Amino acid sequence: MTTAFIERSNRALADRNLKLAIDRTTGTARTKRAAAVAAWPQFESARDLGRDIKDHVTANLAHYLSEFERNAIASGAHVHWARTAQEACDIVIGICRAEDARSVTRAKSMLGEEIGLPHAMADAGIERVETDLAEHIVQLAGDTPSHIVWPALHKTREQVRELFLAHHTDPGALATVEAMVSSARRQLRQKFMAADIGISGANFLVADTGSICTVTNEGNAELTTTPPRVHIVTAGIEKLVPSTAHAMSLLRLLVRSATGAELTQYTTFHCGPKRVGDADGPEAFHIVLVDNGRTKMLTEGLAEMLRCLRCGACLNHCVVYRQIGGHAYGGTYPGPMGAVLTPVLDGLPIAQDLPKACTLNGLCEEVCPVKIPLPAMLRGWRERAWRDGLEPQTIRNGLGLWRFMVVRPGLYRLATRIALPAIRLFARRGWIRSMPLAGGWTRHRDLPAPAARSFMDQIRSQGR
Amino acid sequence: MPISAKNAPRVGLFVTCLVDSMRPSIGFAAIALLEAAGCVVEIPRAQTCCGQPALNSGDTAGATEVAKHTIALLEGYDHVVIPSGSCAGTIRVHYPELFPAGSPWHARAVALAARTFELLSYLADIQRFQPQGVALQARATYHDSCSGLRELGIKAQPRKLLAKVEGLAITEMDGAETCCGFGGTFCVKYPAISNAITEEKTANIKASGAELLLGGDLGCLMNMAGKLHREGSPVRAFHAAEVLAGMADGPAIGEVA
Ligand code: SF4
Repeated sequence: MTTAFIERSNRALADRNLKLAIDRTTGTARTKRAAAVAAWPQFESARDLGRDIKDHVTANLAHYLSEFERNAIASGAHVHWARTAQEACDIVIGICRAEDARSVTRAKSMLGEEIGLPHAMADAGIERVETDLAEHIVQLAGDTPSHIVWPALHKTREQVRELFLAHHTDPGALATVEAMVSSARRQLRQKFMAADIGISGANFLVADTGSICTVTNEGNAELTTTPPRVHIVTAGIEKLVPSTAHAMSLLRLLVRSATGAELTQYTTFHCGPKRVGDADGPEAFHIVLVDNGRTKMLTEGLAEMLRCLRCGACLNHCVVYRQIGGHAYGGTYPGPMGAVLTPVLDGLPIAQDLPKACTLNGLCEEVCPVKIPLPAMLRGWRERAWRDGLEPQTIRNGLGLWRFMVVRPGLYRLATRIALPAIRLFARRGWIRSMPLAGGWTRHRDLPAPAARSFMDQIRSQGR
Repeated sequence: MPISAKNAPRVGLFVTCLVDSMRPSIGFAAIALLEAAGCVVEIPRAQTCCGQPALNSGDTAGATEVAKHTIALLEGYDHVVIPSGSCAGTIRVHYPELFPAGSPWHARAVALAARTFELLSYLADIQRFQPQGVALQARATYHDSCSGLRELGIKAQPRKLLAKVEGLAITEMDGAETCCGFGGTFCVKYPAISNAITEEKTANIKASGAELLLGGDLGCLMNMAGKLHREGSPVRAFHAAEVLAGMADGPAIGEVA
């Protein structure tokens, strides 16, 4: 059955540029991560610690949320609560309207994508300037991110050059990557300074100080959040950590797993608005805490997924992601973590292919810095899909018949005795090139002919 | 530790449904190796399939029914040995997950899991077996199947055993631990994605310069061998047990006798 997911993945598989772009970026990421892990003898115990920190917060979520809120308010921040994506967007748009904002800059935030903020801002008629280089590329192309760390991973540098030539006011020749970066910088600088509001996400919400932490490699988050009058943070409630020390433990895991670097170029803790005597900073500081399915995950056996640091390691190492890229998944989050999250966000009927389009090879769990049992969670979604009757009837019938025979060995032997010679009729010199009902296999590979007599039949004639 | 007939373990050999139908020689190789290692080998007559197709499709009720059948069949043996990492992983890791903790079936599943082993790791780790007098002049490369590697920790054992085969040189390919794209029903449900993954795998196999592809799981081997054959590659594929049992002078996967 050809589903929307299969159509999208077929398109992706046919796109050689996409494959080239994926291989370049994920290949480098895998190599650098492997080197960083090899140079960190305590990596395993750091993973255990990271897992334990996250699980502790999840188990005491209400406590840390109220501690964070108390301290954030004490620092002068406004704290807003959003149950759904819609509520979160409404709050952000409401602040923009109240501040009479014309131009808004935004630093990369996957949560912003998750709640559909770019779209909501467009609908509200607010100019949105993406300040992260990759998000800038995605915005120019009218695209969505295809990777949670490198949103424009699906574009080759050749394609980026063409985009900049078409859209930048003063691109020059753009002969080198540096020239492309400079052109983007010229294009974006004036917007940074002219913006009324800057919106960012958060990598950590620190409960005991009420501050939020952002990590970037371009410094655009700082330029997004410091010059404008107002700074709005949108963050999922799972970003909570008890203290700055806990944030640092997780930061080491996050950065090494994402890029293999020891630390990002910019790691900034933002705490409240500009105080008297401060040289700069926003006059108003808003924090929008977003649930959007997260507390539901707690009650539906998906609590472990709330550990996710959004490092992207599971994407970079996934054999499926590496072939089809991010857009084919059809949700905000791709790869193994996306295959767990998208059914929560978009519903299992729409997203049911994602947990199934997985070989369960286990590498994602092996590289995940907080040991999320991704394959087990994907199995969980498959069970749910089966229970909910989402599996096509043909497959249910086929498996039902198979099961009926598997627990009836006499019947199973009889069926084998009939099937094996019949299947062998399709073989030429030991191989089957095509056979009715076996197209899934034989479209791309040959099938070795089965045995003339099964092992168990041979054993029986030997009298063992 | 040489095993005397008196304390020789009674091993129940579960050959898997794929070996039963597609390549019985792997089952015979397993018998030969286990006997050479001093085991008393029995073939439980009512064996069929471990239930992975249901388990991986999310059909927990179906998987549970099959698991009960298999547990009842195999629990009387000292050890249960299986020439497949993914089927051994199913019994060792996933059977106990199918039953509520504290239930009688859970206890039986846990007891069976503790006595169940994948063939190559059983020979190397439990029986400390060393093949003797086996020779094969060939360059081979070894694919680490995912379940065996990541659920059961099988990596060094097959290489240690194969190192005793005279004349056999193992050339490691790039990405030996990378999934081959088989994934059970995945490969027929999402054939185009599976194919793209397998193409990268066969490219690495061919680049290794090996004449033989070896592994410990027939499903993965059929997938890779089938792709290699479609691509016109001369690389031949065997289960490692066939090589260790001195049966690699016979037809490789897909070849006719
Ligand atoms: S699931 Fe693990 S590996 Fe994947 S993005 Fe989240 S933290 Fe990183």
